[in-house]
Amino acid sequence: MTAGDAVVVEARDLVRHYEGVGGEEVTALDDVSLTVHRGELVAVMGPSGSGKSTLLHMLGGLDTPTSGTVTVTGTELSGASRAQRSRARRRRIGYVFQDLNLIPSLRAVENVSLPLDLDGVAPSEARDAALDALREVGVDHQADRFPDALSGGQQQRVAIARALVGPRRLLLADEPTGALDSVTGEEVMRVVRDRVDAGAAGVVVTHDARLAAWADRTLYLEDGRVVATSETDRPESLLEGA
Amino acid sequence: MSVREGLLAVLTERPMHAYELRGEFERRTTSAWPLNMGQVTVTLGSLVKAGLAEAEPDGDAPVRYRVTDAGRAQVRAWWLAAADRATPAREEVSIKLALALADPEVDVAAVIANQRAATLGAMQDLTRLKREATEPDDLGWRLTLDRMIFAADAEVRWLDHVREQVARGRARPGELRPSAPGGPAGATAVDTHQETEEAAR
Repeated sequence: MTAGDAVVVEARDLVRHYEGVGGEEVTALDDVSLTVHRGELVAVMGPSGSGKSTLLHMLGGLDTPTSGTVTVTGTELSGASRAQRSRARRRRIGYVFQDLNLIPSLRAVENVSLPLDLDGVAPSEARDAALDALREVGVDHQADRFPDALSGGQQQRVAIARALVGPRRLLLADEPTGALDSVTGEEVMRVVRDRVDAGAAGVVVTHDARLAAWADRTLYLEDGRVVATSETDRPESLLEGA
Repeated sequence: MSVREGLLAVLTERPMHAYELRGEFERRTTSAWPLNMGQVTVTLGSLVKAGLAEAEPDGDAPVRYRVTDAGRAQVRAWWLAAADRATPAREEVSIKLALALADPEVDVAAVIANQRAATLGAMQDLTRLKREATEPDDLGWRLTLDRMIFAADAEVRWLDHVREQVARGRARPGELRPSAPGGPAGATAVDTHQETEEAAR
């Protein structure tokens, strides 16, 4: 990473308190900062309740921090109105979840073009952009199929296409390969990696270290705080004595 | 990795000089197991002595080696035999954690978190190497990398398990029992039998 690389998402000093059962304050996120550049994939790991999903929701504008800021491609989400946040989400941010990814009554290409349709883009233009996005993840030949007619791996590819259709540059994924077998899960991570390398930024929440290993770095959360960030070594040193 | 069986397996393809055999072995394992010439020569000598290979003098040229029928049978058996997982190995992480747990001055959670980050960093590097190995010829190399990734993954899971145990205040030094296949076994703990079972799973 060099200083010249474009920042896609920047979270600064994020704190999130909730009111717990019985009225006591629960700290879900405690002073977490994170910057992700174009071409960078970051994994977030940690035990249940460590704040992983809360962090992802903050980055995606689905939840607002008690204090701290989130800026996505130059727009600060926390200072925005609900309508502005919603527009920023549609235009800049794509989500990939483990399941319930796609709308069953829409064809693959319609699922992918939906965020553009909602944003008022002309239908033919939205369809072309959706076909481009499907081509980039290798499932453009399935464009007119309904989700039910696709394999799990193909459905996730369509979801990745939707997450990065048109101007969207931030891909947020929560256990994106959870329901897939090991080899298909890896293929999906390869697609995520390729799309990020091609100019997007990604944040993946996962409990699976083998998936996190596709990232450039991994944050490990405990009790809402980052307790460790993975370091990289020189690969050659790993192979000695293998 | 049994270098002896590995060299014999490569030799089943065609007779080779010792240096040729070393080159072929290293090419196929993409130098993950670099061998020195002395090691190859000594191993070939021992294979000849055991009747698994024969030396073929070739005039003034270096001796060529070829596999015998007994050698071929040995290689066939080796492909199908599971690798020996029962041998306890010294393992720094297990030793360090066991000692850390016994020492109230040590922040065990930090020890675990740092080790976890380092192991994950190694997995990231291995995965990067795998991403770069895209040629059909690279399949053996990719699978070798996967083997290392899975072993590191097992260590991460084990560390998560230890963290959980420590958080619940239940871990005692004698209870630490690594379960990572191919990785830690037996360094701290006691019950080698159980480790063998775990490794076999």
